[in-house]
Amino acid sequence: MFQKAPKPRWAPITGPGNSEAINMMKLSIGPITYFWERQRVLDFYQQAADCAAEIIYLGEVICSKRRLIKPEDWLAIGNELRQNGKQVILSSLTLLEAASEMSSLKKLCRNDDFWVEANDISAVQLLSTTGRSFVTGPSVNIYNSRSLKLLADKGLKRWVLPVELGLDTLKDLQSARPVGVETEVFALGRLPLAYSARCYTARSHNLPKDDCRFKCLDYPDGSLLKTREGQDFLILNGIQTQSALTHQVLDKIPDLQALAVDVLRISPQSAHTMEIVDIFDNALKGAELNALEEKLLSFLPLGPCNGYLIEQAGMQSGSEATYETQQAS
Amino acid sequence: MELVCPAGNLPSLKAAVDNGADAVYVGFKDDTNARHFAGLNFTERTFEKAVRYAQDKGRKVFVAINTFPQPKGFGRWKAAIDQAADYGVNALILADIGVLDYASSKWPDLHLHLSVQASVTSAEGISFYHENFGIRRVVLPRVLSVSQVGHVITKSPIPVEVFGFGSLCVMVEGRCLLSSYATGRSPNTYGACSPASHVRWEETGDGTNTRLNGVLIDHYGEGEKAGYPTLCKGRFQVGEHTFYALEEPTSLNTLSILPELRKIGVSAIKVEGRQRSPAYVAQVTAVMRAAIDECMSNTADYQPKNQWMQKLADVSEGSQTTLGAYHRPWQ
Repeated sequence: MFQKAPKPRWAPITGPGNSEAINMMKLSIGPITYFWERQRVLDFYQQAADCAAEIIYLGEVICSKRRLIKPEDWLAIGNELRQNGKQVILSSLTLLEAASEMSSLKKLCRNDDFWVEANDISAVQLLSTTGRSFVTGPSVNIYNSRSLKLLADKGLKRWVLPVELGLDTLKDLQSARPVGVETEVFALGRLPLAYSARCYTARSHNLPKDDCRFKCLDYPDGSLLKTREGQDFLILNGIQTQSALTHQVLDKIPDLQALAVDVLRISPQSAHTMEIVDIFDNALKGAELNALEEKLLSFLPLGPCNGYLIEQAGMQSGSEATYETQQAS
Repeated sequence: MELVCPAGNLPSLKAAVDNGADAVYVGFKDDTNARHFAGLNFTERTFEKAVRYAQDKGRKVFVAINTFPQPKGFGRWKAAIDQAADYGVNALILADIGVLDYASSKWPDLHLHLSVQASVTSAEGISFYHENFGIRRVVLPRVLSVSQVGHVITKSPIPVEVFGFGSLCVMVEGRCLLSSYATGRSPNTYGACSPASHVRWEETGDGTNTRLNGVLIDHYGEGEKAGYPTLCKGRFQVGEHTFYALEEPTSLNTLSILPELRKIGVSAIKVEGRQRSPAYVAQVTAVMRAAIDECMSNTADYQPKNQWMQKLADVSEGSQTTLGAYHRPWQ
């Protein structure tokens, strides 16, 4: 189905118990989580067609009222990206409430052109009962090996580690990973933290959800929520809440490499996404991480965090390796 | 409609049973359940007494084992399931796919309910758990309107339980990481939201600050009653405005829509609050019992009584109640 074979991007590393080449880590671009003007979306994927990411996730994952890009448009964008050698995955809506949303999901899950990223268990059900292979996104809870195995038996081919889990748990999950299942890690972006029936962007404008006037269009990177003493805390993105800080794992690439992670996900932001992809690509090619990190930090709107990966509060930042690469074996 | 009430300890369980709960749900004293609070929940000894007390009076006992184990801890969840099964409980309330897989293969005759923490909002999602693990009931997240709940019920292969009263999660349960973002501990991983271990009350010159792992959740002026810093119920600044950006401190109260819930086919009404006192459990159970009985015997003329509403407001967060997502304008 996919035309481009993965190519090695990383010199094989060896270590205790790792005498074989273990890694050809790929980059992906996750679905756009914000509501962007149509032309901004089209321009974004035109750039993405030529970027170093091999995998592109497409589709509206937050709000079914965001319809500037229609399902057939997503398919057309997907086909163009595929012609440029990308593996294209269609991402499903995360929180399903209305019957119309289920109808759209059923249509999405019946497509035979692209794999679907299930962001809710109902998509897993629709895909697995029709014998389709699928990917699960970060909001499908796979916290242990027994869950991973059961879903692998249902047709899971790739899963995204839930963002609140760290390297220690990832190591355990990787050690019992079923054959044929790829592991993807949310590597850069504001963290997807919560979903609600309520639209917080509309609420912040004193508007009801049913008459939101598409206020999300005014916030291409979401709208900032600060504490009463001015700390940048969360991002309101319609019914979704994200972290204000940008989660980034650049300096943990050697650890992720050693744990045989297959894919690193870059979550789109309104500016500099392709430059960020380049930075990660250079890191995978072995460039010196400190210089890359300095450049990366300049592209993050409100600064970085990486606490989840090192088993701390998600908003924290730390370089201390709670995890030793040598333990990977 | 069955009335399902919370019990964080033996006195609360007795209060629930004595005031008319049809079923009581409990948890063990560790992170296998989503109310993992200090001083709360059941040891093996108190659990045995609890099961006996409820079942001797013809009531059911459900055990919540509804958090998400990571590989290193999986054994604790197995032990919890085995212990509950050994004591002959009426059902387990589970959320994690791996835990459901274990329970359904080891104890094929044991009734399994799908916890609200499994975050299932559609009949297709319910079918996944029904077909794979034989679940017999589902508890829906507090994100659907009444008509959406009705739609799920018409297509669901199994009975549906919904929340009727208690603290309101405004985020879809099981997929909310706000707490671990601020503290490292979430309902999924640790069984607690905004854990007390990370809370700080701070007197300032002009009132009180409440903090969660250092993050200012709210500031209360002199004379303003300070609330517990639950992350989604603080006042924050968005644009030029400072307000309850996510939700006010308020509790869900469905007394006014009980006839509608009955009409759409809701099978059970759940009361939140295993962390609350025996007095809370007694009061809420008694009111909900009276209201459900009235609703079932005389649906057409049912009206929530003022005294019921007052009693529930007395034990509500911020003394306020809401219909939450059941009522479209809330959204």
